[in-house]
Amino acid sequence: MQLRVRALESILTEKGYVEPAALDAIVEAYETKVGPHRGAQVVARAWVDPQFKDALVKDATAAIAALGMFERVSEHIVAVANTPHLHNIVVCTLCSCYPWDMLGLPPVWYKSAPYRSRAVSDPRGVLQDFGLALAPDTEIRVWDSTAETRFIVVPMRPAGTDGWSEDKLARLVTRNCMIGTGLPLRPEELGK
Amino acid sequence: MNGVHDMGGMHGFGPVVEEKDEPPFHEKWEGRAYAMHRAMGMAGLWNLDMSRYAQETLPAHVYLKSSYYERWSRGLEKLLLQFGLVSKDEIAAQRSLAPGKPIPRKLAAADVPKILTRSSYERPARTPARFRVGDRVRARNINPPTHTRLPRYVRGHLGTVEAIRGCHVFPDSVTTGKGDDAQWLYTVVFDGRDLWGPQSDPTVKVSVEAWEPYLETP
Repeated sequence: MQLRVRALESILTEKGYVEPAALDAIVEAYETKVGPHRGAQVVARAWVDPQFKDALVKDATAAIAALGMFERVSEHIVAVANTPHLHNIVVCTLCSCYPWDMLGLPPVWYKSAPYRSRAVSDPRGVLQDFGLALAPDTEIRVWDSTAETRFIVVPMRPAGTDGWSEDKLARLVTRNCMIGTGLPLRPEELGK
Repeated sequence: MNGVHDMGGMHGFGPVVEEKDEPPFHEKWEGRAYAMHRAMGMAGLWNLDMSRYAQETLPAHVYLKSSYYERWSRGLEKLLLQFGLVSKDEIAAQRSLAPGKPIPRKLAAADVPKILTRSSYERPARTPARFRVGDRVRARNINPPTHTRLPRYVRGHLGTVEAIRGCHVFPDSVTTGKGDDAQWLYTVVFDGRDLWGPQSDPTVKVSVEAWEPYLETP
């Protein structure tokens, strides 16, 4: 594949369709700038500010834009909040739709056939693959991203974090907990 | 189309395996393939659903055996051939054999920050929304041989409208030369037992985002 892709890049460059510097900038952005730290900042804010959390669940794109944390915010972001009785999990069974600008590139497992096939029919089994065992009566809500709406899960704030700063809270927010295949780190797991 | 990409509910793919400390790209070519796909996507010749469709129409065995970025790269090659931007001979020769054709837009490095967020797929409504929140609806039993975003596993099943997301570009139309043809988009939620049978997990609910033409009154 390496040779084939390199050849394609030469063809597109020679024909004047792409600017190699633009390709460099795209790769660099996804390797260094765009990642789950963005989503984590938003979740941490929701944990400390109930009004923001309400606004986020109502219209995530508008609420995130109003924070002024990011230069630009994508359209059609939908934030779904976990509760003690409800656990949300996000999938794209048809391809790989994912809130890229909030979480970065999707991990390989998210785009894989095992996840795409089973997340909708056996979400509890999928969560077990991640070592996550929910209470048997917890409702599981699966969001299949079949359109341009992009879902991000707002997990519950872990216990034992009273008085923590937003920055410190954001360190507990993992990528997987914003997809729904994990929970935030517990305070004692931080720094491990 | 009822392709192998429509995987929801299929068996036999095994457990989900997570890679610890996964890098954004595992090999350099993956980043280049991804970047080329994004850059050419900005040329203004095709849209997101056309590039999805290019991957869906790869031969089934190729789709299944290809890695993610391999699929993107093969999908891009198909679009380049389809739009006459690159020839088969050039792909085979692995070099350019003729000057490029004019393209509507060439992505400049300075404009890359602008493409890191997604633009709106919402369009002005031409008709009022047919369904309201709380309505029971049936996902139509449709099997178009062309691109569609109604997964097989919900077709024919009853669900409930949970949200109205506005009027969005309709993938089925935009990939068959009918333009944006914006249609109302709904979140429709299904009880897991309606989809997977009475023996399945009673705590599961599954929603899809469904355009109005995918839905009917039961």
